[in-house]
Formats: sequence, structure tokens, C-alpha cells
Amino acid sequence: MSNESSTKSGSVKTGEPIIKCEEVHKWYGNFHVLRGVNMDVHKGEVVVVFGPSGSGKSTFIRCINRLEEHQKGRIIVDGIELSHDVRNIAAIRKEVGMVFQQFNLFPHLTVMQNITLGPIYVRKWNKDKAEEIAMQLLERVGIPEQAQKYPGQLSGGQQQRVAIARALAMQPKIMLFDEPTSALDPEMIKEVLEVMEELAESGMTMIVVTHEMGFARAVADTMYFFDEGQIVESGTPEEVFMNPQEDRTKLFLSQILQH
Amino acid sequence: MTSLTPAKDILPPPTERSTVLGWMKKNLFGSIGDTILTFVAGGLLLWLIFAIVNWILTKAQWAAVTDNLQLYMKGQYPASEDWRLWLLMFLLALIVGMAWGIFLKRAEAVGWVLLIIPVVLAVWLITLHRESWWRFLVVDILAMLGYFLGKRYPKKLARPTYILLLLYMPLVILVVRGFGENGFMKLVGTNLWGGLLLSLLLAVFGIVFSFPIGVLLALGRQSKMPALKTLSVIYIELIRGVPLITLLFMGQLMLPFFLPAGITIDRVIRAVVAIIMFAAAYMAENVRGGLQSIPKGQYEAADVIGLSGWQKMVFIILPQALRAVIPVLVGQFIGLFKDTSLVALVGLLDLLGIARGILANPSYIGRQLEVFAFIAMIYWVFSYGMSYASGRLETTLGVGER
Repeated sequence: MSNESSTKSGSVKTGEPIIKCEEVHKWYGNFHVLRGVNMDVHKGEVVVVFGPSGSGKSTFIRCINRLEEHQKGRIIVDGIELSHDVRNIAAIRKEVGMVFQQFNLFPHLTVMQNITLGPIYVRKWNKDKAEEIAMQLLERVGIPEQAQKYPGQLSGGQQQRVAIARALAMQPKIMLFDEPTSALDPEMIKEVLEVMEELAESGMTMIVVTHEMGFARAVADTMYFFDEGQIVESGTPEEVFMNPQEDRTKLFLSQILQH
Repeated sequence: MTSLTPAKDILPPPTERSTVLGWMKKNLFGSIGDTILTFVAGGLLLWLIFAIVNWILTKAQWAAVTDNLQLYMKGQYPASEDWRLWLLMFLLALIVGMAWGIFLKRAEAVGWVLLIIPVVLAVWLITLHRESWWRFLVVDILAMLGYFLGKRYPKKLARPTYILLLLYMPLVILVVRGFGENGFMKLVGTNLWGGLLLSLLLAVFGIVFSFPIGVLLALGRQSKMPALKTLSVIYIELIRGVPLITLLFMGQLMLPFFLPAGITIDRVIRAVVAIIMFAAAYMAENVRGGLQSIPKGQYEAADVIGLSGWQKMVFIILPQALRAVIPVLVGQFIGLFKDTSLVALVGLLDLLGIARGILANPSYIGRQLEVFAFIAMIYWVFSYGMSYASGRLETTLGVGER
């Protein structure tokens, strides 16, 4: 790249990072899951987190919106520090959208109701406005015709796209993806990745836990390799794929890139 | 390489030809043993049916039932105020008809059965030379009127129907109880309420109040606040460790000793509060089962879109949890309806209490079988009605289930 500070998604790494993690530690009982994670994410940056299972990568991104509680260190999101203060947690959750591996759509609500619930009751929009924006989002993820169906009537790929639309309806500044394609059949992975790529190009700040290395290569600005609760290696996709420095990274990449 | 199945080889599933004879041969007379069993069981069944019908038509003396229909239905509620009960019946018929037309839209077999019952009752009353027979026909006419109105204007009438349903309960109390010393809608003390009227009031109020209390207790038991959690657990375990009849006795016999002199609480209210307290504890445990069946991901998804704690419960968790336990809850409602008969043991004259009272009358000595068969049938009709409604509710709410 000609300009070192500008990134693939067009963001510029200057000023205060929108997410700042300093020495984040977490324990499950006596098990030390996160062992001092440091990460800065700038506005518009697309971060891919990868690593073997049990390495703490999911736990880490779940700490960012307080689905898990870190016990040591600091996490600052959009200028607000995560603490026990419930108001801070609520404020951060308004700005951070999340997409889960298991979709977690609400099965008793239609697609439209799934998407508009947050905007109507948290953002306090009126129903018409919320539905109008929901329709725009459904068009953006390519399934406007499914608006009145229930999640159980959709394919996995469609459900995950609804989940993305649901998260976007809150107009978040940051989107977290926790292995969004891991529960999908192979032929449905592509439709979800395309939506995520479009989102990355639109300038959304994203942290994605995934093993989709093609996706990482195409859209990631920075990649972090997690192992045993630590960031072992980080860098641009070119650096990580072409010239990994650590043996563990090399081993892991060779295992997942073989097929 | 095996070849793929060509399209023309995709066959429809084989159709099983079933005729009555074929079915009988397969299922009833498949072997010698089957044949013997079929004859023995069939013979027993026929004998039983014959015995029952014979008893109903020839041996039984139904005077204990037919002479006292008024008592069974409403206890000693004064005849001059009967019109108030009928008014409530008419209104109920209209509301149920409208709800049927709006929400179910189809006239189903059970609807016809519901319409035929009043006609049968009317004919029966005519043969007994009772003049109130026409009122049953009015019930039918109003129900049908409601149905057609609801079907015709589902959008316009949906909200009024909800409001009527909500207002109906307080209205029932107001109209049944009345107000003022005399004149129009004069006060009818609860000591005069009885029979099916009292049983239904106890059951309906028991269900309607124990349900929300049970939900709150279940949420309390799941709460992270230690005081709330402990209180809920203590309440639930305490009540579940005591039989309902004990609570009823305590309410009827012991409570007056603890109240300051001059203060009395109505006996029916004491009974209904005991029933509510008892049912709520069981309700709480059933609802808790539903709450525990909701995957963690649902809570997390609600959290990340920013819903507050109570929004999460009201919009996401409870609708799913309650749907999951509909069969259990309805089972409990049915149990509660039948348990109201226990109030007869503390001296209230509900359906069972009235039956016991009538049997104590020397002119009906030895008519236990007729009287108990009659009230058993009434209990069965209402219990089965609830069971059927629950089945319908499950199908209706089953939309979009995973």
C-alpha cells in the first residue's frame, strides 16, 4: 500500500480510537481466559479476530458490550468506560450492534417485529419510521420479501441476514460479529459474507471473529491472532498471511488454509 | 460411479387402501388371539353401555336433580334477581360470539355443539314446564349475532371486544352483588351465592388473579436480588408444603381469631384468597419451568439491542416461556376449577356443597348416584371445554415455531 496510515476500508488511524482495550483480564473461576489483551480500534476500521477454539476470542468481543464482565483492565467504547454503572452499559449497548453465531432471532416475532423492536422501544421512534427503516435494511441485506414471515420459516443464511438488519436498525457505530457463518451450511455462507463486505465498505467499524480467511483477506484492515487468551500476533492481512512472525500463527494458518 | 436416479423414477408414496373391513381385519381380527380379545372386550363394552343407559332411563330417579335445578345453578340467589344473572349470560354470549367471529373466523363443529346445548336445555325445560326456556334461545341468538358482527367487522370490533372482556369481570361482581339496600339491583349477600354460580366465580377469580401473581413469583425466584429471591422461594415452598384444604380451614376458622373485634371479612372472599394464594405458588413453579426453557441467546439478543430488564421480560422472554407451558397451565386451571369443590368442606354452598345439602333432605335419601353423576357431568363439561380451548390456543399460537 502506498499510504501506510490509510486502510482498506478508507478509515484513517488518527486521533482517539473508538474502542480502547487496555490490559483486559478475565477469569472463569480459576481459568484465566483473557490474559492482558490490548487493542485499539479506530473509526471505520475492520478488525478480524481469529485463533483456535477456546483461545478467548469470543469472550473478548463479548466483553466489549458487557455480555461478559472483565475483571481487570479497562475497556473504553466511544469515550465511555465499561464499569458496573448500568447507565454506561446501556449507553454502550446503544452504540454497539452484535450478530451471534446462532442468530438468536426472536422466534415468536415476525422478521419486521424482530427488527423494529429495538428502534421502537429503545430509540423511541414511532412505528412508521421504524418500519420504513427496517424495510430499507431488509432491502440492503437482500430479503425485503420476507418481512412478514417468522424466523423459523427462513433459511439459516436468511436468518443471519435478518440478525444483521436487526443490529443495524439501532444505527450502531460499531458492529460485533461472533462467528457469524459458523452455524451455516456452506452454500449460505457466501450470502452472509457479501452483506458483511458491503457493510465494511460503507465505513462501519467492525470486529469480526471468524475463520473465513477469504473474507479477512478481502476486507480486514487489521487481523489479530488469539491464542490462550492473548494476542499473539497482529498486522494487516498481507503481513499476517504472507509473513507471519510467530510459530503458533504459522501452525494455525497452515491448518486452516490447507482446505 | 453410480448413476443418479432419473427424474421419471421419482415415485409418489404408495397409497394404503383402507376400507372399514380391511381395517377391522388388520386391527381386530389379525389372529385367533386378537379375535378372542375383540369379542371379549366388545362384549364387556356393550354390557357396560347397556347397563349405564338402562340405569339412566329406567332405574335412576332424577327428581333430586330436576326439582332443584335452580339450587344447583345459583344456590339461594333470590329468584326476583335472576334477571341479573341472565343479563350477564346474554352479555357473555355476545362477547364470546364476537371474539369467535373476530379471532377464529370459522364456524367449527364445536361452535355448533355450543349452539345446540342451549336448544337442548330449552326443550328440556319446556318438558319440565319451566317458563324460563326462551332465555336459552336468546343466548343462542346473541351468540350468533356476535359471531356475524365479529366476522363482518373484525377490525372495528377487535378493540371493543378486548375492552368488554376486560370489563366483564368487574361487571360480574357489580351485577351479581348489586348495591343499595333495596330497589333496583339490591345487594345480594355472598351467603346467598351458591351452586355453579359460586363454583365458577371462585374458579374464574382464582385463575385470573393467581396467574399474574404466579408469574411475578416466578420472576422473583429467578431474580438476582437476594431479598426478592428469598421471599419468593419461602412463599412458594411454604404454600406448596400445605394442602389447599388446610388453607381454606385456616381462612374460615382461624383467621377470625386473629382479626380485631368488629372486623370481619366475607367468607367467600376468604375462600377465594386462599385459592389464589395456593394456586399462585404452583403457577410460579410452572412458569419457572417455562422461563428455564428459554435459551440464553434470547436474553443476550434482547440485551444487545438495548432492551431494559422489564422490556426483555415482557416482549421476549415471557411470551415464549408462557407459550411453552400452556398445556401445563391449563392442566392447572382445570385442577383449580375442580379444587374449588373443597370449599364445600368449609361450609360454602358451591356446586358440591349444594349437592350435599340436597342429599341431606329426607325426601332425596339414597339418591347420591343421580346427584353426583349430575354434578360430575357439569364439572366435566367445563373441564373439557378448557382443555379444548387450550388445544386451540396452542395451534393458533404455534405459528412460526422453531
